[in-house]
Amino acid sequence: MKDIQELNLPADIRYSNDHEWAKLEGDTVKVGISDYAQDALGDIVFVELPEVGDTLGAGDEFGTLESVKAVSELYLPIGGEIVAVNSELEDSPELINQDPYGGWIIEIKPDDSGDIDKLLDREAYLELLKAE
Amino acid sequence: MRYLPHTDADIKTMFDAIGVKDFADIFSNIPENCRYDREMNLPEPKTEWELNTYMAGIRAMMEVTPDHTVLIGAGRYQHHIPSTIPALMSRSEFLTAYTPYQPEMAQGTLQGLFEYQTLTARLLGVDVANASMYDGASGLAEALLMGIRIGRKKKRVAVSGAIHPHYRAVVDTYFKPTEFEVVELPLLEDGTTDLSSLRDEDDLAAVALQSPNFFGVVEDLEAASAAIHDIDALCVACFSEPLAFGLMKSPGSCGADIVCGEGQSFGMPPSFGGPGLGMFGCRDKFVRNMPGRLVGETTDLDGKRGFVLTLSTREQHIRREKATSNICSNQGICTLTAAMYMASLGGSGLRKLARLNYDKAEYLKQGLQETGAACSFSAPTFNEFVVEFGGDFEPARKRLMEQGIVAGLALEPYYPGFKNRYLFCVTETASREIMDTVISEVAK
Repeated sequence: MKDIQELNLPADIRYSNDHEWAKLEGDTVKVGISDYAQDALGDIVFVELPEVGDTLGAGDEFGTLESVKAVSELYLPIGGEIVAVNSELEDSPELINQDPYGGWIIEIKPDDSGDIDKLLDREAYLELLKAE
Repeated sequence: MRYLPHTDADIKTMFDAIGVKDFADIFSNIPENCRYDREMNLPEPKTEWELNTYMAGIRAMMEVTPDHTVLIGAGRYQHHIPSTIPALMSRSEFLTAYTPYQPEMAQGTLQGLFEYQTLTARLLGVDVANASMYDGASGLAEALLMGIRIGRKKKRVAVSGAIHPHYRAVVDTYFKPTEFEVVELPLLEDGTTDLSSLRDEDDLAAVALQSPNFFGVVEDLEAASAAIHDIDALCVACFSEPLAFGLMKSPGSCGADIVCGEGQSFGMPPSFGGPGLGMFGCRDKFVRNMPGRLVGETTDLDGKRGFVLTLSTREQHIRREKATSNICSNQGICTLTAAMYMASLGGSGLRKLARLNYDKAEYLKQGLQETGAACSFSAPTFNEFVVEFGGDFEPARKRLMEQGIVAGLALEPYYPGFKNRYLFCVTETASREIMDTVISEVAK
């Protein structure tokens, strides 16, 4: 398990209390899990993705990540409609471990594009990690 | 793994290590008013001789002895068990083996289970089979719950009324505390399931049929699975007599998505209804939703082949309330017994034995029809069939019982309205002489 200093935590994205990240790209938001989360989970062997077109609220479960030692639920950081899922993860779930920020999981059209600012910035997320 | 009871000296050492003086000390944190302080109302122990006499006394009370020919199936079947099977499965390495949590010391058990899974997957025509559920009935309940998980937003399942009544009762027990609904499909006159109501359904996650069904009738699984897939539901094919697949097409090859049923016929005696063997398999794409243990083949650090329990994250000790099931075990010795049986007979042996069962059942069916009994269902059957007698069959049945023949199961208790209908089963254990005796008693 990595030390806090070793973690890769980009400054230009937002984080949730559940260790997901959200990045605004135009009028959609990409969602994935942070370096801390992928490190804690271990080698990911299977990703269960939602259906494109599903509309979910903030905090709703949108999928699961199965590693060799656990299955973790994924919770939507902000509410919206699923417009895309990263189908590369079906055959290569390890992408999430190799590149947690390039290896996005879903793309949503947020109900309210302002919601993303309610999430944690890098500093706030670091504080959360230090407390864990 | 050896079991060696502790000596008093061992126990004292353990007590000293944890700082207690006796057993009562260990339970000292349980409040006085929660403790049971009376004598337990249990009989005194018996000596080995007394116990043997006692059991012999119980056996003498049984109306049906091992010398009887039992012409009843209804979920539990009389089959010859080759002597090689008890000789092999009673070996202590198999009989007393514990569940294989540690692959490093359970390779024998794990390999045996893997071979069982392989044989079962081939027999049932599925991509993957698990290490077994408890029995056919609970296996069906689990299959339907699996269908609900896969179906996500759908809240209902359908079961054929021709599925074994006990299996349907177990399904009801499993589903009662849930928010999901079980609907029953009626029968057609020919003894197969009436699927016509499916056309109007859009909220069914899964539809279950049994083939051969409780009446011995072979369902048209190919047509059924097509109709079920048309309404975007999963086809669950269950069975109580796996020997049928020595003759019939495998449920998997007919389009079933999940196949489950009772494996008792494969080397286990009827034993008053237990233990059972829940054979269970499914399509590869549903494997992560499948309940039960799964043994996988892998290689170790040195590149040598080994076997392990795999996809364990589905199971309740890891996934907890979101697990595929609460089962964390399998019917180990029954599984190995079935594997031995399937390996002993092989495909050609199963085919021959199935053919023999079918032919004998047809012989009795025809013989009874010639006496005037009516065959209740016109669809093809395997080794069980239903006949309706013109008058009261009970006197003839009683005479046959005195001659050592248990002639059929009265169906009225299970299907009100089925008066004078009896379910007969003929396996390789029924000789022509026995069948001729039945026919002549009925003809009287």
